[in-house]
Amino acid sequence: MSVLIITEQSDKKIKKQSLESISYGVAVSKLLNVDAIAIVLGPSDDVLSSLGEYGVKKVIHQQTIGSIFSDSRSASILLNSICDQEKAQMIIFSNSLFGKSVAPRLSVKLKAGLVTGAVKLPEISNGFSVRRSVFSGKAFADVKITTPTKIITLNANAFEINKTRGNAEVIESNIEITPSNITVIETKKNEGNISLADADKVISGGRGLKGPENWGMIEELAKLLGAATACSRPVADSNWRPHHEHVGQTGVAISPNLYIAVGISGAIQHLAGVNRSKTIVVINNDPEAPFFKAADYGIVGDAFQVMPKIIEAVKNLG
Amino acid sequence: MKILVCISRTPDTTAKISFIEQNTKFNPEGVQWIINPYDEWYALVRAIELKEKDASTIIHLINIGTNENEAIIRKALALGGDEAIRVDSGIDDAYHISEQIANVAKDGYDMILTGKETIDHNGSAIGGMVAEMLDCNYISLATKLDIENGNAIVSREIEGGEERLSAPFPIVISCQKGMAEARIPNMRGIMAARTKPLKVLAASANETHTSINNFDLPPAKAGVKLIPADTPELLVKLLREEAKAI
Ligand SMILES: Cc1cc2nc3c(=O)[nH]c(=O)nc-3n(C[C@H](O)[C@H](O)[C@H](O)COP(=O)(O)OP(=O)(O)OC[C@H]3O[C@@H](n4cnc5c(N)ncnc54)[C@H](O)[C@@H]3O)c2cc1C
Ligand SMILES: Nc1ncnc2c1ncn2[C@@H]1O[C@H](COP(=O)(O)O)[C@@H](O)[C@H]1O
Repeated sequence: MSVLIITEQSDKKIKKQSLESISYGVAVSKLLNVDAIAIVLGPSDDVLSSLGEYGVKKVIHQQTIGSIFSDSRSASILLNSICDQEKAQMIIFSNSLFGKSVAPRLSVKLKAGLVTGAVKLPEISNGFSVRRSVFSGKAFADVKITTPTKIITLNANAFEINKTRGNAEVIESNIEITPSNITVIETKKNEGNISLADADKVISGGRGLKGPENWGMIEELAKLLGAATACSRPVADSNWRPHHEHVGQTGVAISPNLYIAVGISGAIQHLAGVNRSKTIVVINNDPEAPFFKAADYGIVGDAFQVMPKIIEAVKNLG
Repeated sequence: MKILVCISRTPDTTAKISFIEQNTKFNPEGVQWIINPYDEWYALVRAIELKEKDASTIIHLINIGTNENEAIIRKALALGGDEAIRVDSGIDDAYHISEQIANVAKDGYDMILTGKETIDHNGSAIGGMVAEMLDCNYISLATKLDIENGNAIVSREIEGGEERLSAPFPIVISCQKGMAEARIPNMRGIMAARTKPLKVLAASANETHTSINNFDLPPAKAGVKLIPADTPELLVKLLREEAKAI
């Protein structure tokens, strides 16, 4: 029996979100008294034995992966083989684009109950239940999984990375990939900046910024802090900013450590996508803006006067 | 081309979220119910647009739920779609719902469209499960969908970008922003919807894998700490020293 953690890489390096999943999987394996195994997919520049520092005993590295990141079918067939081999009783994914497309398929293959968007370690004292985020971040549900094998996808920034010491055994796996009948016609990268889904910090602008020509200060602050940029829906709808930056109920849902909202009123549909952020800062010239009720820190003031001073202060941080 | 669009019922985006019966049930009092926005704006409207391009397209809608869902099913029919199927079930489990959809979908549909997620469950699970049950392709989080030379041409979000894929039918696709523009039903649609067939089927199996024990609301925020507008550098200091966020 084992807990398998499916990791993902970006530029051949294990993603931060996957390190959170590993730490979570290791904590779950301790609860269940079994070993934790990390699965690494595709070529990697990381020293995989060092994943032992996060508490896994074993790393299974499948170098050849075909197009599993575009084809959930061949991905789930591959992972199913590994689960069988390792007698997995529990599989952990990140609640990422990959996790969202593959975990549901694997759950049907393994007849394993699935909980997506977990935010806490499972409770195992009375059955097996996991807390997940529901109602677009406005509530939680404790969901009981009633099947022997279980799958959890973990929300970003919901579990702290836990690093100590250790060394993992690395096993090279060479499972044949099922051919895909999906053809990739084209792949496009969004311009330069950090992807919203992965971002630890996000700087976001709303209609209060008046026009696209005023986004320089948002971009400058984002660059200084290593943050991604985002916007409210009307801003994307007016084509002031690209659509993939739109956060909220109908856009991207994010849960960064820091969310700074500039000139955004804080409509309920906007909050639904950002209310899982750890620290929320609101800059708005209207003291009655509803966003202040959801904020940790606020400045009532004109963004055009406040932002340059914030940028100055960040530059002086050193 | 035969398309099955999966539609679900959710509380309105502005609904106040609270719970009853020792926090085991959602409190429906005063709540307005809507078609889940992703299902309506993106999956259904895109299916209608494809039908407008090719009149031989047939659109069926499916919902798994109790008869309380019929109002939103009629509204969906008013937007478009030829007929609707409701599988009568009150069981709220992704595996169960998927099994019902797959059971209907296996009868010769080329495309099964779902929303990216329901805004109450946020499961993002049904599409993938249905595809696995049908042993067909699943493309998640699609932002564009066209049909060319007997294939689905789909753009989808990937980490930090977008990819364009071509895939044969049958296929399950989960839809999100970019697919189509929201529409409102017109009078003719509303009238037509009254007489469009709405078939009710009994649930075909009752295997479930999960159940909800209880709900909880997040702890209230401590309240905002306001920083005077003339000393924004204080904010930076607090973010570093107190919140440890930068
Ligand atoms: C079904 C549905 C789904 C929706 N989904 C989303 C979604 O996913 N995401 C989303 O964002 N919205 C969504 N919306 C829209 C949402 O209801 C709001 O209309 C939108 O979020 C408002 O955007 P805003 O805050 O940028 O603009 P406004 O509401 O116009 O707010 C601008 C703010 O800027 C402030 N301001 C003005 N000038 C300055 C200045 N000089 N300095 C500082 N502050 C200034 C104003 O006081 C005001 O609070 C949805 C709506 C519906 C009905
Ligand atoms: N009860 C239901 N009946 C029909 N379709 C559903 C139902 N629940 C969910 N769906 C579809 O599955 C999608 C994803 O739902 P979920 O996995 O719950 O986030 C929704 O956007 C709908 O298209």
